Amino acid sequence: MSDLSIQEQAPRAAAQTRQQSRTSRWRTDLTGLGFVLPFLILYALFLIWPVILGLRMSFFNWSLGKGELEFLGLANYQELFSDPAFSSSLVNTLYFTVLSTPVLIILAFLLAWLVNRAIPAQWLFRAIFFAPFVLSVSVVVLIWSWLYEPGFGLINGTLTAIGLKEVNWLTDTHVAMLAVVLLTAWWTVGFNFVLYLAGMQQIPSELYEAASIDGAGTMAQTRWITIPQLGRISTLILILQVIASLQVFGQIYLLTSGGPNFSTRPMIQYIYQSGFTSFRVGFASAISFVFFILILIISIGQFLLVSRQRRDA
Amino acid sequence: MSTHSVGLQGRTQTRAADPRLKRNIVKGVTLVVLIILALLWLMPILWALDTSLKPESETTLIPVTWFSSHFTFQSYVTTLATSNMLRWYFNSILTSAIITAATVLVSSLAAFSFSRIPFRGRNVLFWIILAGIMIPGQILIVPLFTEMQSLGLVDTYWSIILPQIASPVMMFVFKQFFDGIPRELEESALMDGASRLRVYWQIWMPLSGPAIAAVAIFTFVFSWNNFILPFIMLTGNNMMTIPVGLATVQTSFGIHYAQIMASAVLGGVPVLIVFLFFQRQIVQGIAGTGLKG
Repeated sequence: MSDLSIQEQAPRAAAQTRQQSRTSRWRTDLTGLGFVLPFLILYALFLIWPVILGLRMSFFNWSLGKGELEFLGLANYQELFSDPAFSSSLVNTLYFTVLSTPVLIILAFLLAWLVNRAIPAQWLFRAIFFAPFVLSVSVVVLIWSWLYEPGFGLINGTLTAIGLKEVNWLTDTHVAMLAVVLLTAWWTVGFNFVLYLAGMQQIPSELYEAASIDGAGTMAQTRWITIPQLGRISTLILILQVIASLQVFGQIYLLTSGGPNFSTRPMIQYIYQSGFTSFRVGFASAISFVFFILILIISIGQFLLVSRQRRDA
Repeated sequence: MSTHSVGLQGRTQTRAADPRLKRNIVKGVTLVVLIILALLWLMPILWALDTSLKPESETTLIPVTWFSSHFTFQSYVTTLATSNMLRWYFNSILTSAIITAATVLVSSLAAFSFSRIPFRGRNVLFWIILAGIMIPGQILIVPLFTEMQSLGLVDTYWSIILPQIASPVMMFVFKQFFDGIPRELEESALMDGASRLRVYWQIWMPLSGPAIAAVAIFTFVFSWNNFILPFIMLTGNNMMTIPVGLATVQTSFGIHYAQIMASAVLGGVPVLIVFLFFQRQIVQGIAGTGLKG
């Protein structure tokens, strides 16, 4: 093509490409949305819509099966703030979270620290400590109720065999929550453990070499290298752990049914019972909402903490 | 200290043996501690296995013993014959397989679009979806049940399949992976006139083996183990999944501990096998998303 013809055609070509780019812009928008659409529909229907529906239901005297009966305004919310069952389940949930979170983080760290040190058969230890995590809650609880059994249960049987007193793991109000925490630690510590182990293996070995040349022992290295280097992972684990612990339900419901005397009943179980055994789904939705806001505040608070930490770093 | 020992070469020889010995002792002690911990960790599973292989009459002996006059598979036979276990297996496999396939497809499609198609509003949309991570699913059981009721889906497979497909986390895993694939690959294909769908299916997906594996394994294990959703949605014994069915076992078997443990073992074995096969992918999947996130 000669120079001349290019110059002649230039304006027309530009207009054409503009036209073309406008239609291709639309095409891109449509294709892009089309790819997202299946996800978006399911997301909207089964994650967002329940939130909206729940909020609406919480303002009604809404009964399971009969639907909405009458508008109550904030009455459900007023009721729950003076409801002793609500506050006791909230306290139980917080108690479980405060007990289980440090155990699940410190134990995970210790296990990872040990496994990271032992060279032979590392994968085997990793597999063993992680394995319980893949079991379903029902399997775990079947096994642990059997372990906690008075008399011929393995734990109490062993205690009496070595001359100690039996513990009423599931029937003593002071012990039941500890029994739940113990089971939960065994079941889920593997997740945090794997995160810590991966984090430890990413710490450059030069740091340790330099420290040992300077005469730092294992403990000093752990204190001044390992723990600070794992700062970000620790925050992540803390956030995930708190959110998971606040939502505890399955293992408690199956192990103790929230007993003895409601001493272990968590928030989700109270929501479940209000909705599905008392059929008061409006009231149950109000509890869900208050609890939802609480979890949101806690996780946003933690996120803010992390971003501050990152800015400082 | 280091300069000192370098200077006195003759003496370092004898001195060096000391720290090495110390290091070996520390290593040995660590290993012993680890072995004890590992045995302790395996104890509940081993005890369940042991109990399930005892004759029923020997499960409640005092003092507690690991031995038995004769080990037997009787409890497994009885459990499989008298409970609905096989049906629950079928339900669990079917629903978990559908959820897994749908999750891989739907979330990779969305992630492909967010990663590679510059459509208007995609950032806003992406953050809206990502914010969904903050919504604690367990809390939504009551409105979700009401919704399923009005859709007429309670006690059907759909009631547990549909809510478990759109997972913001899994979408995010794919997005992270796709962002790491070089752009040139797709540009030349688009230049040749291939449609986006073809690029996705014929170039992207075959390249995404590791991401697909991670998402698929996780989705499968999580949906297989999900308790609360099938627990509220499925009421008929024939519709139950393994976790929900097993929760009814304790009461229905009474005090037949060998049978209860046999059903616990039967319920746990499939996921343990999946885990043993895909150990590396599972662990790396957790570590990978965790370290990046």
